[in-house]
Amino acid sequence: MATLEIRDLHVTVEAENATKEILKGVDLTVKQGETHAIMGPNGSGKSTLAYSLAGHPKYTVTGGTVTLDGEDVLAMSVDERARAGLFLAMQYPVEVPGVSVSNFLRTSASAIRGEAPKLRTWVKEVKEAMERLQIDPAFAERNVNEGFSGGEKKRHEILQLELLKPQIAILDETDSGLDVDALRVVSEGVNRVRETGAVGTLLITHYTRILRYIKPDHVHVFAAGRIVESGGAELADKLENEGYEAYVKGGVSA
Amino acid sequence: MTTAMAEAQNSKDLRQAPVQGSTPPVGSTTTGAIAVAAESTVATRMSASPSFDVADFPVPHGREEEWRFTPLDRLRGLHDGTAVATGQGVKVEVSAPDGVTVETVGRDDERLGRAGVPVDRVAAQAYSSFEKASVVTVPKETVLDTPVRITVHGEPLDGAAATVYGQLVVELGAFAEAVVVVDHTGDAVLAANVDYILGDGAKLTVVSVQDWDDKAVHVGQHNALVGRDASFKSVAVTFGGDLVRLNPRVAYAGPGGEAELFGLYFTDQGQHQEHRLFVDHNTPHCKSNVVYKGALQGEDAHAVWIGDVLIEAGAEGTDTYEMNRNLVLTDGARVDSVPNLEIETGEIVGAGHASATGRFDDEQLFYLMARGIPEHEARRLVVRGFFAELVQQIGLPDVEERLIARIEEELEASVA
Repeated sequence: MATLEIRDLHVTVEAENATKEILKGVDLTVKQGETHAIMGPNGSGKSTLAYSLAGHPKYTVTGGTVTLDGEDVLAMSVDERARAGLFLAMQYPVEVPGVSVSNFLRTSASAIRGEAPKLRTWVKEVKEAMERLQIDPAFAERNVNEGFSGGEKKRHEILQLELLKPQIAILDETDSGLDVDALRVVSEGVNRVRETGAVGTLLITHYTRILRYIKPDHVHVFAAGRIVESGGAELADKLENEGYEAYVKGGVSA
Repeated sequence: MTTAMAEAQNSKDLRQAPVQGSTPPVGSTTTGAIAVAAESTVATRMSASPSFDVADFPVPHGREEEWRFTPLDRLRGLHDGTAVATGQGVKVEVSAPDGVTVETVGRDDERLGRAGVPVDRVAAQAYSSFEKASVVTVPKETVLDTPVRITVHGEPLDGAAATVYGQLVVELGAFAEAVVVVDHTGDAVLAANVDYILGDGAKLTVVSVQDWDDKAVHVGQHNALVGRDASFKSVAVTFGGDLVRLNPRVAYAGPGGEAELFGLYFTDQGQHQEHRLFVDHNTPHCKSNVVYKGALQGEDAHAVWIGDVLIEAGAEGTDTYEMNRNLVLTDGARVDSVPNLEIETGEIVGAGHASATGRFDDEQLFYLMARGIPEHEARRLVVRGFFAELVQQIGLPDVEERLIARIEEELEASVA
């Protein structure tokens, strides 16, 4: 069973000629089949955690370890991490002009699976996955994320999640900028993947809204670069009622 | 992470549009200007008037407008009269389908020099120096179903590249249709001009491939004279050479003419590749569309793109657009991109230009790699995507495949 273990993770970023520590000792274990929600105020370092796990070069890991089934994730390149089973659904997916969605998906699936999927079954697989996410088939011939609306970009991210079948999925504010209908469609996509039991999900969000659709097993409050409180789904209700104020002002920051 | 895009987007309602956007790669320039003037400066900016005689041009010193981007010391004397023709070492072969006439003619043939006059010293040197010219004629109303293929191959003698001056004329009679591929390979120092003459209603597609070895030098002026209601499409593909400098030029012989000028270049370490276009809207109701795209990599890779469009006072109903895009893959490369549009009449359909030079976007790379795609494959996807719309314009599967293969080779070299 796949397990992602984050131990005492410290991460810095270069900003305006100064090195700033964003993550200040994150500990978290995510197992296949589990869903963890990470919630926290803006600027607490949630997205930094997501991008650091995926290996974005902007962030420097200064301490701690990240392992996937004992393998050192931090020693892997960005593409190696993806092939090892990590997936990051991005908050701001990037436009790639000149590369069609169908070409991108197939190239990506070939890389992840280690061989090109058989064309006939692949076309069917993509078509069905797109239908489930209510994505217009014409999207396949459009350039990756180019001219996509906010909701289309997020559905395209979840389409990749469904097709690439990672062991650990990190969803970075997938709910942001979505109206209720789009949120429901995207959440259903995430739930289909979760129901297979094959994925461990790390759901990063600012709002509790998405948790009405995707029920977490564990909820963690993230503040000032680390997890300051962990609990079950009931912790989300507390945050819904009380907000983050207690964590921001309550002297728990490092 | 660097995401830099310098944009110059202009349309005809702007008198003078400054460069917008942020930092292009170090040392690169992307400018754009639209001038509304009573008199053209496209012509007056040149250091001498057009002439067939090399003696009418002073030897350039490098500060002239038309030479300021070109490293004169790498022209092997083509610009100062010291490059003496070696007579052989460049083999020209023409393979043409039935119905096409291929001739080798002397300097006095009256079909020479009709599409345009040399505008700089090297073009005039070529015109003053060639001994024999090739003339390819497609008779009126002849529609070819296979392309005319012209190969120009430079083969050094005793290790020394040949110096050759050449002249080629391709003429299509009224309503003739043809595709011509001119393929340059090997090593040579070549100054050669080409005239394309399109009769009324003729359709000509020209693909000129500059796939030279690393040391070759190639300078040429390519003139197209587009007849009434005729269509001219040109695709320039420049990969090789130490220095390649081409002047594709278009003028119209009657109303209703259309010109599409496409180009793609892949400029490597140490290479200088320069494309200087000029479209002279001298006739009413003609169209032109220019799209050139280039990728650069390596130290001292230098691409120059000059796009001059002149809409003369009598050219009402003109519709023109030109665009240049550059993708800089590594540090140390330089792009100079200068679109220039001059409008002498307001009675036109449309006129505009755009120029942009950007770095390979690290965020694109991260996104693709985060989906398991290895770095070299991610770069390949992006560069292939960048060129795709132009490659598709060629319409010849064998040339397209070769082109894609060459792009891949260039990218492999950059990864290695």
